[in-house]
Amino acid sequence: MKTLVIADHDNGVLKPETSKTINAALKLGFAVDVLIAGENLAPMSEEVASIAGVNGVLVADNSEYAHQLAENIADLVLSLAPEYSHLVASATTTGKNFMPRVAALLDVAQISEIIDVVDGDTFKRPIYAGNAIATVKSLDSKKVITVRASSFDLQGEQTAADITAIDAVFSSQLSSFVSVEQTESERPELTAAQVVISGGRGMQNGENFSLLHGIADKLGAAIGASRAAVDAGFVPNDMQVGQTGKIVAPNLYIAVGISGAIQHLAGMKDSKVIVAINKDPDAPIFQVADYGLVADLFDVLPELESAL
Amino acid sequence: MKVLVPIKRVIDYNVKARVKADNSDVDLTNVKMAMNPFCEIAIEEAIRLKEAGIATEVVAVTIGAKASQEQLRTALALGADKAIHIETDEKLESLHVAKLLAKIVEQEAPELVILGKQSIDSDNNQTGQMLAALTGRGQGTFASNVDVANGTVNVTREVDGGLQTVALKLPAVVTTDLRLNEPRYASLPNIMKAKRKPLDVIAADSLGVDLTPRISVVEVHEPAKRSGGIIVDDVAQLVDLLKTQAKVI
Repeated sequence: MKTLVIADHDNGVLKPETSKTINAALKLGFAVDVLIAGENLAPMSEEVASIAGVNGVLVADNSEYAHQLAENIADLVLSLAPEYSHLVASATTTGKNFMPRVAALLDVAQISEIIDVVDGDTFKRPIYAGNAIATVKSLDSKKVITVRASSFDLQGEQTAADITAIDAVFSSQLSSFVSVEQTESERPELTAAQVVISGGRGMQNGENFSLLHGIADKLGAAIGASRAAVDAGFVPNDMQVGQTGKIVAPNLYIAVGISGAIQHLAGMKDSKVIVAINKDPDAPIFQVADYGLVADLFDVLPELESAL
Repeated sequence: MKVLVPIKRVIDYNVKARVKADNSDVDLTNVKMAMNPFCEIAIEEAIRLKEAGIATEVVAVTIGAKASQEQLRTALALGADKAIHIETDEKLESLHVAKLLAKIVEQEAPELVILGKQSIDSDNNQTGQMLAALTGRGQGTFASNVDVANGTVNVTREVDGGLQTVALKLPAVVTTDLRLNEPRYASLPNIMKAKRKPLDVIAADSLGVDLTPRISVVEVHEPAKRSGGIIVDDVAQLVDLLKTQAKVI
């Protein structure tokens, strides 16, 4: 029994989800190897090798893997699968993309977005926007699992494990990379930030999100949004916190002008401390908030910025 | 070009799911059901492709109990040309669903399959990717834009940190994200017309797919509840409590 974790990275930066996914994988109780696939991987391979608990690192460094096309990554993982009992990836947009493809090609059911490991076969995962937690047992001999990284801890460091190059190149020709538009931001990533401040429909328009910027700068916070704000076109979808957006669990989550729909709560209710600012005292967000402030956000946001 | 749109009947978006007292599952008795929101976006996209003269036929398919024909009728009212109901009372997993859909893909030979990225009940986000794998097709998941031309579909994908565009050779599979389009409502005349559109029923167990469960649900329980907080008077008190009580800033 042995586990393979597939590392998540983005243009030369290893995502913190990788370390947390390794943390989850170690709870399965078996040796953990990590596969990193992409292009120009040397620095990141060493970083992965130094994550505590990693047994060995497999590096597939080739331009065919540069854009993490699901078809090619899935075939690569499939070629390594015979050696492993458990295949584990982060439930990021990358892991969610290729992992079910791996599962189907192996004729195995995938267990998505686990938040806890009960044992090597049994896992907990949220369903119905997190309104229920299912304990599920995989009956397949091989397990294909994605991990909700926000539910697990970062691993410490170790003396670097062995790094092995994988020469196999898979190029399905089914898809090809066209372009990427990276959201430029000097703020931390939503899923990695210790503090998140999110705006909802109450922000009224995209320009008003600038009211959150000064506060975010002072707190070193990432800026998020509710589905309603994304739906209304105020901000891009990659800022969405919620059931079908990003799942966050920072030390401090500040919800501004967010009513607290089920879908939004699903994405942030595991935050350590929740602050809600809303002028409607009956907004459901106050039911999950540790500190609620019933007020007009346009009055209190400038005040909050200067008070910090 | 034929477009196949698999859809799912799920708990209504606005209804909060409750767990059964015996912790065996979520209680769906007398709960309002609807088409999964991402499936509505998939149907809308297919209809827009037809309106643009790119798609020639839109086929909606669902897998489930008899009641899910309600959602197929909705798809027909929205503009799908025909519907296929794969009937089963079993609770199926994504892999089973993908295998059954692969049989329909074999029969119908659609050049494009468009489906929701995730259903809001099981929250798996698997079926489209599995179907693509089983049918040997390329996949464009979490689409916010779909552009079909010259035997290729360009799909702009909502990824962490931005947008990625990939080109897929047709035939291909696309899964929809939130911003792809805004679904229309069915008009009354179209709802009436939908009743006369063809709806074929196929028994799930007639398709030669092994539907043996691969996952057993041990139990379903409520998530840990957050204890109620306090309402503060003003910003000064909020900042003070965050510093001295919560110690998070």
